Amino acid sequence: MEDLINLKINGIDVSVPKGTTVLEAARQANIKIPTLCYLKDINAIGACRICVVEVKGARSLVASCVYPVSEGMEVYTNSAKVLQSRKTTLELILSNHERKCLSCVRSLNCELQALAREYGVDEDTFSGEKTKYDIEDTNPCIVRDNNKCILCRRCVAVCNHNQGVGVIGTNNRGFATDIGCAFNMDLKDAACIGCGQCVVNCPTGALSEKDDTAIVWNAINDPSKHVVVAPAPSVRVQIGECFDMPIGTNTEGKLVAALRRLGFDKVFDVDTAADITIMEEGTEFIDRLKNNKTLPLITSCSPGWIKYCEHYFPEFIPNLSSCKSPQGMYGALMKTYYAEKSGIDPKDIFVVSIMPCTAKKFERGREGYMTDGLADIDAALTVRELSRMIKKAGIDFVGLPDEEFDPIFGIATGAAHIFGVTGGVMEAALRTVVEVLEGKESEDIEYRDVRGFDGIKEASYNVAGTEVKLAVVSGTANAGKLLKMIKEGKADYHFIEVMACPGGCINGGGQPIHDAYTRDTVDIRGLRSEAIYSHDEKSVLRKSHLNPVVKEIYDSYLENPGSHKAHHILHTTYIARGK
Amino acid sequence: MTHAIDKTNFCNKQTRVALRNCGIIDPENIDEYIARDGYQALAKVLKTMTPEQVIKVILDSGLRGRGGAGFPTGRKWQLARQIVPDADQKYVCCNADEGDPGAFMDRSVLEGDPHALLEAMAIAGFAIGATQGYIYVRAEYPVAVKRLDIAIRQAREYGLLGENIFDSGFSFDIDIRLGAGAFVCGEETALMTSIEGHRGEPRPRPPFPAEKGLFGKPSVLNNVETYANIAQIILNGPEWFASMGTERSKGTKVFALGGKINNTGLVEIPMGTTLRTVIEDIGGGIPNGKRFKAAQTGGPSGGCIPAEHFDIPIDYDNLISIGSMMGSGGLIVMDEDNCMVDIAKFFLEFTVDESCGKCTPCRIGNRRLLEMLTKITEGKATLEDLDKMEKLCYYIKENSLCGLGQTAPNPVLSTLRYFRDEYISHIVDKTCPASVCKKLLKFTITDNCKGCTLCARKCPVNAISGAVKQKHVIDQDKCIKCGVCMDSCKFSAIEKK
Amino acid sequence: MKSIEELNAVKEKTLARLNGNTVRIVVGMATCGIAAGAKPVFDALKEETEKRGLENVVVSQTGCIGMCKYEPLVDVYVPGHEKVTYVFVSPEKARRIIDEHIVGGQIAEDITVASVE
Repeated sequence: MEDLINLKINGIDVSVPKGTTVLEAARQANIKIPTLCYLKDINAIGACRICVVEVKGARSLVASCVYPVSEGMEVYTNSAKVLQSRKTTLELILSNHERKCLSCVRSLNCELQALAREYGVDEDTFSGEKTKYDIEDTNPCIVRDNNKCILCRRCVAVCNHNQGVGVIGTNNRGFATDIGCAFNMDLKDAACIGCGQCVVNCPTGALSEKDDTAIVWNAINDPSKHVVVAPAPSVRVQIGECFDMPIGTNTEGKLVAALRRLGFDKVFDVDTAADITIMEEGTEFIDRLKNNKTLPLITSCSPGWIKYCEHYFPEFIPNLSSCKSPQGMYGALMKTYYAEKSGIDPKDIFVVSIMPCTAKKFERGREGYMTDGLADIDAALTVRELSRMIKKAGIDFVGLPDEEFDPIFGIATGAAHIFGVTGGVMEAALRTVVEVLEGKESEDIEYRDVRGFDGIKEASYNVAGTEVKLAVVSGTANAGKLLKMIKEGKADYHFIEVMACPGGCINGGGQPIHDAYTRDTVDIRGLRSEAIYSHDEKSVLRKSHLNPVVKEIYDSYLENPGSHKAHHILHTTYIARGK
Repeated sequence: MTHAIDKTNFCNKQTRVALRNCGIIDPENIDEYIARDGYQALAKVLKTMTPEQVIKVILDSGLRGRGGAGFPTGRKWQLARQIVPDADQKYVCCNADEGDPGAFMDRSVLEGDPHALLEAMAIAGFAIGATQGYIYVRAEYPVAVKRLDIAIRQAREYGLLGENIFDSGFSFDIDIRLGAGAFVCGEETALMTSIEGHRGEPRPRPPFPAEKGLFGKPSVLNNVETYANIAQIILNGPEWFASMGTERSKGTKVFALGGKINNTGLVEIPMGTTLRTVIEDIGGGIPNGKRFKAAQTGGPSGGCIPAEHFDIPIDYDNLISIGSMMGSGGLIVMDEDNCMVDIAKFFLEFTVDESCGKCTPCRIGNRRLLEMLTKITEGKATLEDLDKMEKLCYYIKENSLCGLGQTAPNPVLSTLRYFRDEYISHIVDKTCPASVCKKLLKFTITDNCKGCTLCARKCPVNAISGAVKQKHVIDQDKCIKCGVCMDSCKFSAIEKK
Repeated sequence: MKSIEELNAVKEKTLARLNGNTVRIVVGMATCGIAAGAKPVFDALKEETEKRGLENVVVSQTGCIGMCKYEPLVDVYVPGHEKVTYVFVSPEKARRIIDEHIVGGQIAEDITVASVE
């Protein structure tokens, strides 16, 4: 039995375990204390001072996000002094904030804006000098506008602690303090993996994805272009949130309808490419296992992870699967297989992908993501960019009918759907690899040991007489931990799945952004992942090798998984990058 | 008549405890420290006392921290000893990051008596159960760093630091960490964050260092002057120490005398000495027969003591009660030529510059406060602005993360308390009574002018015109108030008002 | 050092040296002194004592005595006499101190602390 601490918050009796903060205790009593810099499990530094409360007997107001409860404590979260202080804090922040709220990408989804409205602030209470910054848009994934930064440091914390990257930090001091790379280096020159976790953790418009919607609009409006589009597995369980639908709603049909109404010539599915990925990667794994080649094999679907490995653990490059990601396979097949089938010159095909990810924008530009001199993908949009296009086009997303993908590249299995959540690629691979190795159909195809949100998951299965040891990690900091253990000889696996973002694509850097309170109180990842697993369960086909489109592509074009032609189109190479 | 410095008025009113060896011994020679009973206290502690007894002696002495806030040192040690009894490691830290403008008593001890610090840290280590100490000293003190380094090496050679000191089973060693001179690194959590190798920024408290300090371990942090008293208290007994000072402030305090005073320098006086004694007897009064206006104590976190409190005994509680604080011991004297609004602005400029930028009230609030003060000194503020400024002061004190922010408005509040009329003059009359604030000054040429043209030739902006041998005129629109005309005029014909 | 006896032995030996028959000239060499020019004063005192072959005279350094406004400060300890403090000492005045006080036995009164008090 834990030690319980009894205290009063606004006169209400509350009992919470020792070590609980006043903020968390208040939430348990259904009292919401506003926050800006605080983010559960990511950032608790008491910097912004929005969450101040009055504690009877304390010398000054205290920051509830970091202040531990104590026995008999009396807390007031809404006293006149507290409310006035919070208002002044907001007015001070606004006095050095670029208030281009009307055109800001985060307008109406900005934590500062919401608080300013709640507290009825006067933007002009404090006038004075403002700091001025150039917009930093050198990186292909992320744009930083420090004129809108409130120095909450959530981006710094997530980059450093959760992602183990740490390329951004605090520069200068006092009023001139800003966030950026060491020595104000450009973000493109830093060892940034482009994962975009900084963006989804930013409470304001200081961080955003590099907006590529203009080039997509141009392509759509260019009659000489045949524009195809396809969404990644997790996108269909995320995009509804941009239109105020409940978190965890699968809107695949509406998504297809919306894409068609935007004017794309064909609406395909990256999930089909995911099934092909399993065929290629599964074949690669079996080859490495049977012929004593380099193991563990590590998945390559997550471009943030790939860049992390190239920067921080280049010694593991031989372990990386040579498979392109599903995005890459989709694009490459569009400009080869689909071009041939449809009789369109690949130069005229403009390939767009919809991704839960910002790193896909970097991946798109990789040298190894070109086939026969053409880039596989021409534009990689995040879920947020797509939602802006849909809104701009005046499409009533919620009211759309359900439509289906164009069948030539639009049929997928449950194995592909689960790519969107941590453990999904591993489970999908097992569904195929086990059947191939054992030469018979498996009865139980749900590998529950690799599901869930633990940062590092391990499992071991006896497959055709061999004990196959697996690990599934998400969040690159966890990946770093695991690789270090392998280097030190403390861990040993045959196959590892890595996703750069904690929880996988359903928590990607390109997903819809929710405010801190929702993130702290609603299990967003859990709801989205339930939607994904339920999609899998309801699927008739749940194993990649049973996908008829995949069969057709191999039969009529690629020959067989791992063939010379498949390698030419679907595989890639990596390079060691400095730190 | 005496030719020895110790017999002068400056020295004979002082009582030297913390500074007892400064100016006497060769700081680079451990033998000279030992000759003055050096390391006897450590020997006594290790050979004859328990940690609890040591803590009791320090508690009984009434010694309070000399770094600013005046927390009882014995209590600090007791907490660090007791709060996490099973800690695998504890640390003893020394704050030698003296940063108050004009304060240099810690430097004096570091340069003049470094072993006193090492001995005291070893005693603290024994008392709390630590085996490692860190001295955080600013890199701008190269002489201090060098002498500390020599002292540590000599103490190790003699076995007074290191393994099994005095064959007692107690081991203790000390390392130096250099600070880059950020004022905020004098704040205890920021100092520890800096020692750990991170950007020197404060952390929220609780947890307090006694529970989770350096590298997350229970730690004690005292400043140099506090440590400089320890060995003497152990050797002479807590009663001896407690016999000096006032009821709640025992012992002596070192002040760095500066500003408008004849004898600038370091003085160590028993707590409870009056400001009058310090300024008139020891400091030799104010130069040029000027009138005393105020004394500033506590550095950028402190406040001003006006003439009406000239006879108040200086101790922790009295200074707090009149709106100032002891601080680390800077004492800056101001006379009638000082503008109190300008003084407040000077200190606030310092804290705004030194703010780490972590919390909103300090980063933006103090900046806005400074802008409001500047507006006042430029004659552009209204009485409403003054009201708003005062409210902002209280907001910043109430909401800032660390001591730097919480005390930054003190110079403003303290000058408002005693010299509100000067603020009003700036705002309502648009004049600076002490003729300091440039934007409010007007330079005019009186009838004393002989028309020598010198001022017109010296003026950098050609604001002065007039024919030879005729009275000159200053164009007020052009004048930048640099004062060159006034300095160059040989006939005292230029007036500043 | 393992015992108080050892510590006391060092103490006695050093006291004997400091209180013996040696004349000690001590220069205030804290930052305030050095900034005011104590280093050339120290060098001049050393050079002068060596040049004159004064065997019974030791030149050494100390920290800050507190009266920063009179720096550089030099204390002269002649056995059996009260300490004499010289103020605003320059290399020239240092040579005077050796010449008049140490060798000649006459305090250079016009440059002691009494001259400015």
